[in-house]
Amino acid sequence: MAAAASGSASTTCKTHCLIAPPLAKPYSSSTQLPFKFYKFTSRATAAPTSISCTLTRDSAAIRMDEKNDNGAFPVLPRPDSFGRFGKYGGKYVPETLMHALTELEAAFHALADDEGFQNELNGILKDYVGRETPLYFAERLTEHYKRPNGEGPHVYLKREDLNHTGAHKINNAVAQALLAKKLGKKRIIAETGAGQHGVATATVCARFGLQCIIYMGAQDMERQSLNVFRMRLLGAEVRPVHSGTATLKDATSEAIRDWVTNVETTHYILGSVAGPHPYPMMVRDFHKVIGRETRKQALEKWGGKPDVLVACVGGGSNAMGLFHEFVDDKDVRLIGVEAAGFGLDSGKHAATLTKGEVGVLHGAMSYLLQDDDGQIIEPHSISAGLDYPGVGPEHSFLKDMGRAEYYSITDEEALEAFKRLSRLEGIIPALETSHALAYLEKLCPTLPDGAKVVLNCSGRGDKDVQTAIKHLKL
Amino acid sequence: MATFLRYTNTSVTGFQLKNPQNPFYLHSHSQTRTLSTQKRLVTPMAALSITPTTNISHTFRKLKDQGKVAFIPYITAGDPDLSTTAQALKMLDSYGSDVIELGVPFSDPIQDGPVIQASATRSLARGTNFNAIMSMLKEVVPQLSCPIVLFSYLNPILKHGVEKFMHNIMDVGVHGLVVPDAPFEVTESLRQEAVKNKIELALLTTPTTPTDRMKDIVEASEGFVYLVSSVGVTGVRESVNEQVPTLLREIREATSKPVAVGFGLSKPEHLKKVAEWGADGVIVGSAIVKVLGEAKCPKEGLRELETFIKSLKSALL
Repeated sequence: MAAAASGSASTTCKTHCLIAPPLAKPYSSSTQLPFKFYKFTSRATAAPTSISCTLTRDSAAIRMDEKNDNGAFPVLPRPDSFGRFGKYGGKYVPETLMHALTELEAAFHALADDEGFQNELNGILKDYVGRETPLYFAERLTEHYKRPNGEGPHVYLKREDLNHTGAHKINNAVAQALLAKKLGKKRIIAETGAGQHGVATATVCARFGLQCIIYMGAQDMERQSLNVFRMRLLGAEVRPVHSGTATLKDATSEAIRDWVTNVETTHYILGSVAGPHPYPMMVRDFHKVIGRETRKQALEKWGGKPDVLVACVGGGSNAMGLFHEFVDDKDVRLIGVEAAGFGLDSGKHAATLTKGEVGVLHGAMSYLLQDDDGQIIEPHSISAGLDYPGVGPEHSFLKDMGRAEYYSITDEEALEAFKRLSRLEGIIPALETSHALAYLEKLCPTLPDGAKVVLNCSGRGDKDVQTAIKHLKL
Repeated sequence: MATFLRYTNTSVTGFQLKNPQNPFYLHSHSQTRTLSTQKRLVTPMAALSITPTTNISHTFRKLKDQGKVAFIPYITAGDPDLSTTAQALKMLDSYGSDVIELGVPFSDPIQDGPVIQASATRSLARGTNFNAIMSMLKEVVPQLSCPIVLFSYLNPILKHGVEKFMHNIMDVGVHGLVVPDAPFEVTESLRQEAVKNKIELALLTTPTTPTDRMKDIVEASEGFVYLVSSVGVTGVRESVNEQVPTLLREIREATSKPVAVGFGLSKPEHLKKVAEWGADGVIVGSAIVKVLGEAKCPKEGLRELETFIKSLKSALL
């Protein structure tokens, strides 16, 4: 076999074009959008921008092993015009949805440069969601990781748990609801695992006066009943999904089916960086404010950049939101933490990037947990939000490129971390977030003195107390 | 016995990533050619005259010459079990099906409504897997006079490896393939392997497909063009979408390939209407799956299936 990445750029481009030809004119003249389309330019390195995406044509193919003059990683399109991150991503959906995805992408790009939209969105993020969220120096947690000689890393928490609704999910929900309104869609659907994305969607639908239907696995409804109540109180209809394994993956499948059926009137607010293009790109871009704020806050607090970023990974949205800003900064380590459930060898986990294989699920090519016949396996995690057998395609790409590292944490370890942060900092984290926190036990002893660790505290744990009560003896 | 040489040419250049588990996508190989010999057994059965099955295109052509509309039932392999599927295939064939669609059950069938979803779940719960389906087909296909089109989601195909999958299905006598979640843009690679194995890859076009895109799709589709009658997933509907005649006309302007209409068709009246509108074929899925899969027992299911098929087929006479 030919060596990696030694093919010429033109061959690469040719193959790529053969398999994924550049999108034909993405918008027909019949698209009734009330704003101008702006021409798209490729992304400059490292400069913080408003919502923008790399829609460069494949002819600018760059070799993966070359670094540019800044010592930054090569600027491979993330994603390319077909929504691919390397070989991951794409749009593997029924033909009925293809046009809607094209329209959605066109609208997204148009709004990226629309000042009115940006101002409206930023206003809502500030006054309604409560941004910016603090970058909090976790003093007692840092103390906990100090070695006997007094050395140790400095741990900071990016407080996404302080957002309205208690998690990072609302960043994306708010932006997509605004987008849906611009598209003239009055009906919103969403899938939800832990319920946080469902609650965020129900919240923004209430705020914007949109009809809201949330699909939730019947099993998940049981373990997150507080969130079910909240969604209903906010005016959403919560539809239990009994098919398959009755968890997040089945709720996602059902949401896709609803969208296939009602695509002309409905916008699907997908909750993570998974699914068909343009969702992985869009959802990441709506969450990248997390990383952008972190860069600014890091500069203010210690005059530098973080050394290590840590985040839990289910679908991967909070992680991409934190990482994206720093992907081109090669001196910043990116660490994602998945759910190992009962253990990686137990067969009952959700560690997609560690134990999965490449395949196609819910519209995207990515790592996923599947059996020998290509059937999707039911994952397990104590946390509903990480209980997904797939993962966002960009994470698959970052893993293969070696840019990000992925580890996993068991239910037990997560519960320990859940308790630990509560005791040491007076912050009750979501069980999802607890997975990232648990990894600090393994990470911090290896870090040099004064290393700056920023962990995305993606959600608060009020929703998890019922589960915790079952498992913890306090 | 028919013996023929197979010439396979594998050469795709591109990135090789750390875990190139997916032969469907970007792989680097040096050019290799392999010659393989395959024997295709057509087992003659006493007291039955078996005409060897022809491929999908030929089948449609023959029907067109006779002024007939193709009747295309769909059933899920393994629901309620593979032996019932085998019997159902023979029955569907003997009661006048012109092409039979056989669904490979998948855990997350996003294009399917509750009836076919449930049938897939039942089938998987019984342990149906790809190899078992292939074994069953190897025995049954030689006894059928009409061609089989396999209906499979993309992930199981990728898991087996596109080359291997196409080769395996060709080996058991399958003539066509439909992959509902492979968009037109990625079917090029599928088609390369399909063509090598004489499998006709039929593509879907829908009411939401813009005309330009529809033209690309019908150009590339093989065997027939699958016109999805309505915006939605599979499932029985009360009436047929009134857009169908317009969609049929637009497709006819773009291609002379046969067009089969599917999704939602469940009654003889539906079939009659769609035939009058000028379709070359009608596909009935959920209605048949329901009869077979939700019966009290397989025997009764097959009995009810017989009655149902006869009534549907009569609408096309």
